[in-house]
Amino acid sequence: MRVVIAEDLALLRDGLTRLLEAYEFEVVAAVDDAEKLIEALRTYEPDIAVVDVRMPPTFTDEGLRAAIEARAERPGLPVLVLSQYVEQLYARELLSSGDGAVGYLLKDRVADVVTFVEAVRTVAAGGTVLDPEVVATLMARAQPDSPISRLTDREREVLELMAQGRSNTAIAAALFVTEKAISKHTSNIFMKLDLPPDDDDNRRVLAVVAYLQG
Amino acid sequence: MSTTVEAASPFAGESFAEGVSRRLKLSGLSIAYVLLAVPALVLLCVLTTALGVAIVGVGMVLLLMFVPLNRHLANVHRHLSGRILGVKIEEPYMPTEAVSGFGLLRRWMNDPARWRDWAWTWMSATVGWALSWIAFGIGLGVIWFAIYPFIFAITPDGVFDVNYGLFKIDTQAESFFEWTWSLLMLGLWWKVMPVLMRWRAELDRSLLSPSRETLERRVAEVSASRTETIDHSAAELRRIERDLHDGAQARLVALGMNLGLAEEMLATDPEGAAALLAEARGVTTSALGDLRSVVRGIHPPVLADRGLAGAIQALALDMSFPVSVLITLPGRPPAPVESAVYFATNELLANIGKHAGATRAVVEVSHVDGMLTVRVEDDGRGGAEASNGSGLAGVARRLSAFDGTMDVSSPAEGPTVITLEVPCELSSPKTSPSSGTA
Repeated sequence: MRVVIAEDLALLRDGLTRLLEAYEFEVVAAVDDAEKLIEALRTYEPDIAVVDVRMPPTFTDEGLRAAIEARAERPGLPVLVLSQYVEQLYARELLSSGDGAVGYLLKDRVADVVTFVEAVRTVAAGGTVLDPEVVATLMARAQPDSPISRLTDREREVLELMAQGRSNTAIAAALFVTEKAISKHTSNIFMKLDLPPDDDDNRRVLAVVAYLQG
Repeated sequence: MSTTVEAASPFAGESFAEGVSRRLKLSGLSIAYVLLAVPALVLLCVLTTALGVAIVGVGMVLLLMFVPLNRHLANVHRHLSGRILGVKIEEPYMPTEAVSGFGLLRRWMNDPARWRDWAWTWMSATVGWALSWIAFGIGLGVIWFAIYPFIFAITPDGVFDVNYGLFKIDTQAESFFEWTWSLLMLGLWWKVMPVLMRWRAELDRSLLSPSRETLERRVAEVSASRTETIDHSAAELRRIERDLHDGAQARLVALGMNLGLAEEMLATDPEGAAALLAEARGVTTSALGDLRSVVRGIHPPVLADRGLAGAIQALALDMSFPVSVLITLPGRPPAPVESAVYFATNELLANIGKHAGATRAVVEVSHVDGMLTVRVEDDGRGGAEASNGSGLAGVARRLSAFDGTMDVSSPAEGPTVITLEVPCELSSPKTSPSSGTA
């Protein structure tokens, strides 16, 4: 799988490159600012871009802007955005195109190598991976009269893990129950949220997140 | 050796066209002054009568009704005269929030600015009026004498004859003589009228601008708020130091120990070493979490990225109730103001979440005439107070460092409306209107 990395700190850029290469990814370009990122995306047409939010020259949110711009040019281009902090506002902006294939994670999550690599693969395959922190605030906001409030506590837990991009198998493992129980929970969730149950995993997560955005 | 500094006229470099336009504006203002003398006269009569019978209830009621009106009239003149003089005439009144009824009367009685307002009403209805009339009359004279021959032509003989004793104007040809007066008036209009208007404005300023004692009071307020701000920031720094010391720093120490142990055990007990490494990884995550929360407390990253507009939108999204945001800021306020206003808004929204029992809130941010205004409204149970020690008092204190004010309107049963105002200029003229419901 071909990857473009955009990260301005050399230490982290090299670390990410080494990490992804160790898991059989092919890092075709590792750049240090947003302009070069856009260029690299045009030149190499990678399977996924891993992008830092804060980069030169202004050190604000040019990584995020570049990612959104690139996805406007090439809808559905898988982008995994990394940041020292997460904002719901940014998650919304990334998700607003509705094409999926978006990841938004705290940089700390890289430390959990296996989960991180899993996230990269999920996004590259068109899925949506949101940081647990973002998901937690989304859930906390659920209005008393919203369909989310109709979910049981267990169903909420399942939904949270789904929004983090986990597969049913992974959710079952995390909650110490059988996969069959999870698929029952998920179909309940989709029913309560009025979503057609025959969609694929990623589409469903997207739909759920879109629903939470109101 | 002595140096003489000549006071340069502010209109020294003025072109002819600018001079004409300035005088036309002054003439316009003279009409405004003449008209405004009417309400001044009414207020003068009412207030003077009311003061005379103030011991009786009706006098007090009249005062309660008309003293604020006098303030409005005075404010209009502060604005007009300030424009003529090219200065900003500040309001000198003592604060009257939190008092009403008799308390208000007592406060007014002790406020020299209110008495000077009253003295000004006298001036405005007498000397001030006369000055404005003369200024207005000069302009009127120019026009009247200029059109005199035409009026003479269209009116029947004898109606507009003028008898100067030595000679008499009673023919059309002679009527053009009046143009001499028009020219003379034009000279007066050019030379004298601006001076008269300036006198009038100076009179207003002398009575309406803050007196020495108000300025002294202001200095005392400023130094008090400065001391508070310094205390506040010292306390903040101590808090940050403690947070770092107990949080990230301690975790990094633990991390170092874990790694050291793992290094030792690597050869003898690889499994134990792996467990220690896993633990070390967990420690880095929590250390980063600590650092993030400290950073948010100092300067939220989203504020740095997106400015006040984006940061308040982000704030609204993080609340557990829906918050509509309407922001019209044609630029960015100075960084310290931005930060103070952000934290103030954060505190207000957090308060709503904690106490108000509200189902929704609205935040409006605008910048008009050098005043940044944030209005936060919720549909909660009301009864919010800016008493000492409350979060709201903290908000007011934080804003006072920037001459900002907070106004709380929170009747029982709600709705609560809190308005923050901070005087400031915006930087880049970029337009960034944004709105939305979160």
